[in-house]
Amino acid sequence: MAAGTWQRKDLLGIAELSADEIRLILETAESFSQVAERPIKKVPTLRGKTVVNLFFEASTRTRSSFEIAEKRLSADGLNFSSSGSALSKGESLIDTALNLQAMAPDLIVIRHGAPGAPHLLARRLDAGVINAGDGAHEHPTQALLDAYTIRQHKGRIAGLKIAIVGDIEHSRVVRSNIHLLTKLGAEVTVAGPLTMLPAAVDRLGVRVCHRLEDAIAGADVVMMLRIQLERQSRALFPSTREYFQLFGLTRERLKAAAEDAIVMHPGPMNRGVEIASDVADGPESVILEQVANGVAVRMAVLYLLSGAGEEGV
Amino acid sequence: MSETLIEKGTLLDADQMRRIVRRMAGEIVERNAGVEDLMLVGIRTRGVPLAEALAEEIQTMEGAEVPLGTLDITLYRDDLSTIAPQPVVKGTHFPVDLEDRHIVLCDDVLYTGRTVRAALDHLADYGRPKAVWLAVLIDRGHRELPIQGDVVGETVQTSDLEVIEVSFLKTDGSERVRLLERTVS
Repeated sequence: MAAGTWQRKDLLGIAELSADEIRLILETAESFSQVAERPIKKVPTLRGKTVVNLFFEASTRTRSSFEIAEKRLSADGLNFSSSGSALSKGESLIDTALNLQAMAPDLIVIRHGAPGAPHLLARRLDAGVINAGDGAHEHPTQALLDAYTIRQHKGRIAGLKIAIVGDIEHSRVVRSNIHLLTKLGAEVTVAGPLTMLPAAVDRLGVRVCHRLEDAIAGADVVMMLRIQLERQSRALFPSTREYFQLFGLTRERLKAAAEDAIVMHPGPMNRGVEIASDVADGPESVILEQVANGVAVRMAVLYLLSGAGEEGV
Repeated sequence: MSETLIEKGTLLDADQMRRIVRRMAGEIVERNAGVEDLMLVGIRTRGVPLAEALAEEIQTMEGAEVPLGTLDITLYRDDLSTIAPQPVVKGTHFPVDLEDRHIVLCDDVLYTGRTVRAALDHLADYGRPKAVWLAVLIDRGHRELPIQGDVVGETVQTSDLEVIEVSFLKTDGSERVRLLERTVS
């Protein structure tokens, strides 16, 4: 049983959540994963609630996942993208948000390239705000669905050895995951090229390795991060081929991990860059389960936030 | 301002409860002309131990095990926007398919009828039973919807300030029904 109750108006990051709040979301998500197995995959829970999806960056997976979660809870979803909007005509983020607020939404899901953008909205708006990724800062629902998937396979998070490999510097997923996994008692190791390892990352309570083999030795969970090929122009590594040779997860390298290790990836994958195809499609891979669990976790977040801050009876 | 509950008395003790549950089990079997196609479904939280107790009595009477399901109506409530924080969802489970079954929804107290309305909506999302009946240990009146019990343990006249507290051995460590009153100080 999860201890405590949900009292927050917003979900802005994992950093500010307690271990009990994280556990409450994960346990609530378990009930919502049942909904996907029913003949009618819809519950009336959020009927009459309006959710605005504000995506200022391209997103297929996260946006679709939120949309499906909203539909399954019977909420009315409004999709808003920055291209062709008032923002492209010079309106500020705050003014756009205040205009949206005038239409009385209950929740706003926001993805934005600027770290802290969801926090800015949360301070100014009455509606609950969910961070769907802000720059390289946080992506809380991705970390929650990763934790949910790990718990599904391992039954726990405390005491597990978890290796996160790739572009640690520019990944919002890794920040949220480090906060979450260390709060729940996992031993987290990060690895990547020096150009992709932020200074003082060890202050977050993780072990730092510079070789993939060292990071995944004995690991229960191997989480590969996407290499953002668009950053290649900044010459963070010589070539994708060299990256794969040094940091790509191959079947041979995976042998160093625990026998029952699972392989994760937040997607989208670059096959042959950070992960070999036979590993991505292999029995250890839980990558598609992560996607399925994303809907349940986001349903749980929408559900919990929709009741916070109201008058009790 | 704080609200406290004051005990006004015990409506049923453990022996009385057991006798009433035995009678209710008999009524269910009689209504169904046996146990064929029967399934008991307890509405969480205290409808579950009531359904279990009824199933035990039916097993003793008929020598047959009746399928036992649990129903969590949290996601079907019509008052979610007025309660905070959100209640914890514990999940729903049916051991067999609902189609062509006689479902007996079990709950400890029938009050406004809104819980039962939510339970009916929830059942409809899982299938189309042949019939749905309602078994409640206590009917305390004050209905807000046209819903009534088919198998009722005890009917009690209550005021809006009063609270019926049903305790089961499995969930509460004791078996009794108490009448309490809300006082605001």
